[in-house]
Amino acid sequence: MGKLYFKKSSKEEKINHLHPKKETVEFLLNYSKALRVNEYKKMKFETLLN
Amino acid sequence: MNNTKVTDASLVRDYLDGNENALGALINRHQHRIYSFIFSKVYDRDIAEDIFQDTFIKVIRTLKRGKYNEEGKFLPWVMRISHNLVIDHFRKNKRMPKFDNSGDFNIFSVLSDGDLNAETQLIKDQIESDVQELIKELPDDQLEVLTMRIYKDMSFKEISERTGVSINTALGRMRYALINLRKIIEKRNLILTN
Repeated sequence: MGKLYFKKSSKEEKINHLHPKKETVEFLLNYSKALRVNEYKKMKFETLLN
Repeated sequence: MNNTKVTDASLVRDYLDGNENALGALINRHQHRIYSFIFSKVYDRDIAEDIFQDTFIKVIRTLKRGKYNEEGKFLPWVMRISHNLVIDHFRKNKRMPKFDNSGDFNIFSVLSDGDLNAETQLIKDQIESDVQELIKELPDDQLEVLTMRIYKDMSFKEISERTGVSINTALGRMRYALINLRKIIEKRNLILTN
């Protein structure tokens, strides 16, 4: 019974083990690799290269 | 790369110098904290995932555009971006979190966002068609006033002109129409709420 008082709530427990999906991180890394910012006369243009 | 010894600032510098692995290191280092922060606000894995992604897209774009001002505060900066995106998310959904939930009770289970989902829209349509059937049982004079007021959105002045009775009579008929409608609903034990 005593254990119940010390048991973390499921949500607290959930939050402690949270990480984004691998795919999300991979997407971000690929997005970063594909993104180029080109400057032309004080203007900046973004291009995504696949 | 030994992540524990390299500072965020030098990883950012490396990334700006073209080392894409530095970004991976930064994400790995802070992903848990940032993702947990977002999840603690939205309590939805998919939404948290979207906001996490949008946060780092913003980070990447800002860094690549050379707009990041390094003051040794990379994590607080990213947290601020994610915080703003969480606020944007709630604004879009016309609701704001008012309680910090620490237990299993979720305040959003009792708060509605005002928008109708497919289920509530169906229920609303059903109720409206039920009401349309019920009002047919009202006396003709009351039905006429109620229809003009509710469905045709006419003012009582317009109703009195159209029906040839005084405004007070029109108001009285409307009042009795609503009283009778309530009686019919009670008599039939109908529940017209969602």
